[in-house]
Amino acid sequence: MTNLNDLMKEIQASKIQVKMESQNRLGITVEKEKLREVASILKSKGLDHVISVTGMDYAEESRFEVVYHLSSYSDKDLTSAIVALRTSTKYEDPQIPSLYSVYESAWTGERETYEMLGIFFEGNPDMRRMFLPEDFEGVYPLRKSFKIKLEGVFVDKPV
Amino acid sequence: MEIDIVPVEGELNVGPQHPGSGHMRIYVKLNGDIIEDAELDVGYVHRAVEKLSENRNYMHLIPLVERPAILDSIHMNLGYVMAVEKIIATDVPERAQYLRSFAAEVNRIASHLYGLGILGIFLGHSTAFMWGFGDREVWVTILEALTGARVTNSYIIPGGVRRDISPAIMEMTKKAIDYTRRKLEDWRKIFFYNPTIRARLENVGVMTKEKAIEWGAVGPNLRASGVPFDVRKDEPYAAYSSLDFEIPVYKEGDGLARGLVRLDEMEQSMRILEQIMKDLPEGNILSDRFFKQIPPIRLKKYWEGQHRIVLPGYYASFRPPKGEASSRVEAARGELFYYLVSDGSPKPFRLRMITPSYRMIYAFKQLLKGSRFADLVSVYGSFDYFPPEADR
Repeated sequence: MTNLNDLMKEIQASKIQVKMESQNRLGITVEKEKLREVASILKSKGLDHVISVTGMDYAEESRFEVVYHLSSYSDKDLTSAIVALRTSTKYEDPQIPSLYSVYESAWTGERETYEMLGIFFEGNPDMRRMFLPEDFEGVYPLRKSFKIKLEGVFVDKPV
Repeated sequence: MEIDIVPVEGELNVGPQHPGSGHMRIYVKLNGDIIEDAELDVGYVHRAVEKLSENRNYMHLIPLVERPAILDSIHMNLGYVMAVEKIIATDVPERAQYLRSFAAEVNRIASHLYGLGILGIFLGHSTAFMWGFGDREVWVTILEALTGARVTNSYIIPGGVRRDISPAIMEMTKKAIDYTRRKLEDWRKIFFYNPTIRARLENVGVMTKEKAIEWGAVGPNLRASGVPFDVRKDEPYAAYSSLDFEIPVYKEGDGLARGLVRLDEMEQSMRILEQIMKDLPEGNILSDRFFKQIPPIRLKKYWEGQHRIVLPGYYASFRPPKGEASSRVEAARGELFYYLVSDGSPKPFRLRMITPSYRMIYAFKQLLKGSRFADLVSVYGSFDYFPPEADR
């Protein structure tokens, strides 16, 4: 039984940078090499499932960011909290260790992030397309370089 | 007489046009009639809401994000607006909070009735299907009277709600509650106590508590496995912190428990509705910050005349500060999560939308392994899985 403040102190004790972002929200940023290790620590503290896996494309800095949102079902004091575990990788090396071995619930999110952004998760057994058709042309729709054709009805003038 | 059963292995496609699959193809590997492996091929109704959100203003996104779950659009709407409110730091008046809860609970009942109806038709019980859709109509009519649209209501806006409730709607709701209470008894008697239905649902697709947590199951399916998690209690939003209700939890984790949880939840929702109608506070339904921007002539015509909000100019293309917000609500099918990143432009940098059915994909796939082929529809129906919601 730990509340969020205790959790933060405990994580800080293992020399990981943690920030309280707002009430009930905690943010952790790690190097991708340490991702799996930190996730195991978090799991042992009671955060038992992944809510979402988000991939973001920072085209100007040519890097991707991946955010895992973790929360807890079993620890009553942590159910109100969401912990964001962030890591980033460069365009040249779009690979991140998968958290599937730690959190099975990351399966869907990682698979979708792979198909939409082209980030490869090492260790996930199902790195295949999920939502898009098999003969989908072009690459990775959620990248900023993928532009959609806009109709001019509700859309403001191009800047 | 003794019959030799020859084990046969093979693969089978269920769907995407199978009446029992919806917009989804389920690819099963069979050994005899035991499912050895199942592959859910989703994506037939994928509409790329996340990508489109990078090209729309925050307000233009409201009708878009509520499309994925047509029968649960109030919750979709609410979750998104809560994320936007966090990012622009807006307060919401008390009355609007209550009205949000009101609309959400009406929508929850409608969605559960739909789910039970679908469960009925999957098991060949067409009466339940007719009942589910007929009883749902009562609640959809209330939503129509309250918001002006049967589905995809776009009722909730940043800072409040769009329309006020009227005594006529309250009267309708009271009648609907009376009717549905009687109907729920019939549901129990004719559907859940029916030996055929029991045989198809009991001890079928059992998801243990540990597995439910590990697979990240959500909503009624999670609570049927014995995990008492509900966002309304654990991280209260709208008016739920001041309302008195219980979370039904079953420990069996089978198809029957999943159906009964939803039945009990409807009862609790009606309890919430009664409390809201009793304690609804007086006051404004839109935050003062936006209310002051509405021109007096329009205010007189719409707010004083029809109890409606006309959208103030601020909404046209506001630029929230840089930052990010995450919000979650308990939608009818479970926890709905939004993650919004703003880079200071009038359009979101990234909108991540995690719907309950999306999170059930993995649990569903795992749960099918080892069950009988004939039970596929029982598991599917009892999961209340809604393909468009998973695809977004």
